[in-house]
Amino acid sequence: MTSAEWQIVWFTAWVSALSTLVILPFGLALAWALARRDWPGKSIVETFVSLPLVMPPVATGLILLKLFGRRGTIGGFLHDQLNFDIIFTWRAVLLALSVMSLPLLVLFARVAFEEVNPRLEQIARTLGAGSWRVFFTITVPLAARGIIAGMILAFARALGEFGATIMVAGNIPGKTSTLSLAIFQNVQLGEDAHAFRLLGVSVVLAFAAVWFSQFLLRRKRK
Amino acid sequence: MNLLLNKISLPLAHFTLQVDAEIRSRVTAIFGPSGAGKTTLLDLIAGLRRAQSAFIQIHDRVLTDTAKQFSVPTHQRGIGYVPQDLALFPHLSVRQNLLYGCKSGGAADPLFSFDHVIEVLEIQPLIVRGVTELSGGEKQRVALARALLASPRLLLLDEPLASLDAPLKAKIIPYLTRIRDEFRIPMLCVTHDRFEALALADEIIVLVNGQVLQTGPVLDVFNRPANADVAKIVGVETLQPGSIADLNEGLATVKIHDVTLTALAPATGTREVFVCIRGEDVILQRDAAVASSVRNRLSARVVALRTEGALVRVELDAGFPLFALVTRPACVELALHEGEPITALIKTPAIHLVSR
Repeated sequence: MTSAEWQIVWFTAWVSALSTLVILPFGLALAWALARRDWPGKSIVETFVSLPLVMPPVATGLILLKLFGRRGTIGGFLHDQLNFDIIFTWRAVLLALSVMSLPLLVLFARVAFEEVNPRLEQIARTLGAGSWRVFFTITVPLAARGIIAGMILAFARALGEFGATIMVAGNIPGKTSTLSLAIFQNVQLGEDAHAFRLLGVSVVLAFAAVWFSQFLLRRKRK
Repeated sequence: MNLLLNKISLPLAHFTLQVDAEIRSRVTAIFGPSGAGKTTLLDLIAGLRRAQSAFIQIHDRVLTDTAKQFSVPTHQRGIGYVPQDLALFPHLSVRQNLLYGCKSGGAADPLFSFDHVIEVLEIQPLIVRGVTELSGGEKQRVALARALLASPRLLLLDEPLASLDAPLKAKIIPYLTRIRDEFRIPMLCVTHDRFEALALADEIIVLVNGQVLQTGPVLDVFNRPANADVAKIVGVETLQPGSIADLNEGLATVKIHDVTLTALAPATGTREVFVCIRGEDVILQRDAAVASSVRNRLSARVVALRTEGALVRVELDAGFPLFALVTRPACVELALHEGEPITALIKTPAIHLVSR
């Protein structure tokens, strides 16, 4: 492994972990709202959240590019008002990974929240606990295994993301190059040895993540 | 206590829950068959559900007033709630369960101090255990203690004994009466079991299909059902306070005023009991001299006759008011008339004793 390869592995793992943390508060709030509340437009939001799972990632990437590019609605505002650029920086990688992995976290956390007996939350309230205390001392602990499993799968999804990332972040060595992008590029250039080493690392990371989440789900069923 | 439930109305799947009641007694039973809206009523009082219209006030504090769009949130109501499934938190230890309400409420009143509650409910040996390692009766006590430690102003109990078998029921009832007497918290207790209602409650609210059919002291309601619907639900019962004079070989000799009856000995050891006899278990006989296996033969006098469908409800004076339920042809054959003497027979196992 060369230092450039290590840099790619480190960057990928780090930005994937960061994206999982970034989507955590929003993902949990959304999952809870979907599991516990009825509101107008719920089914539409539900569908929108799941879209990145079923749409071609490149298409999702294109939408993000149009939204966050300098001439896009959001990207234009950020560039003009705050002089803040996203596209073709590491922040674009973070954006792509977050959007692509959010559905997995929301799906898992929602099921986990739905499995918590609402009676426990109600009785906690009769014992004097306000909404936040109930959420953090009853709901989240009882849903913890499902939430953690969802986080791990979201993390794993982020590790392997390709299509959306290449649209919004390109493949700039040392800046936005992730494992998937580097493997693809190395194969294109005929650098098979590089590609296989990175391939080995991705297999190990993915295996560990999925195995751990299954371990947690198995324990939950007991 | 003074709990005011005014103009409560909430449409449910098959009927509309409608309650108008003022509750003053220490322990009030909400009595009715399952699916009558009893649990829903508790949820409304605790603020866990919203009624279409309601005015709920405890002492001088208004909790819900839909007319003014006012509702105190559940966690500020100070109402303890022990639901039917107990809802112990499975991820917490027994100690953490007990302290859950303690922390947020803050018990200034030493009556509700940790040590006192633990002592009254005998929970000390359970504290180090996990919630899943507790038996049914132990869980019940932990749930009661957890609710008490939040120093509530009112305790709501949903079928506190329904999930327990008969011997366990007999063990838990003393704890409930202890809570009633030690902590002097008013309790509202949902039940569909008349013996539970008798053992615990002073007053009773009969709730059927969301409607209050009758309210009043337990003995009054059971002895003088307001109408046939209530009578059907509470059972046609002769209900009299009595005392056990003697216990011998599983049999109890019970005295009601001057009348002596033989009954099966009750599970618990108290001497003061309620004597319950169902109307259909009372046999009427003209000739007192016929030999039979029946232990209890009472000379009685017919006080009143009331036709209820194919049956006649015969009110007797047997030294205490006794009700018999006989068919109309039987009534004609015996030529029953008001004022006439008659012999009433009751088999020993048909006399049910409930400690009071």
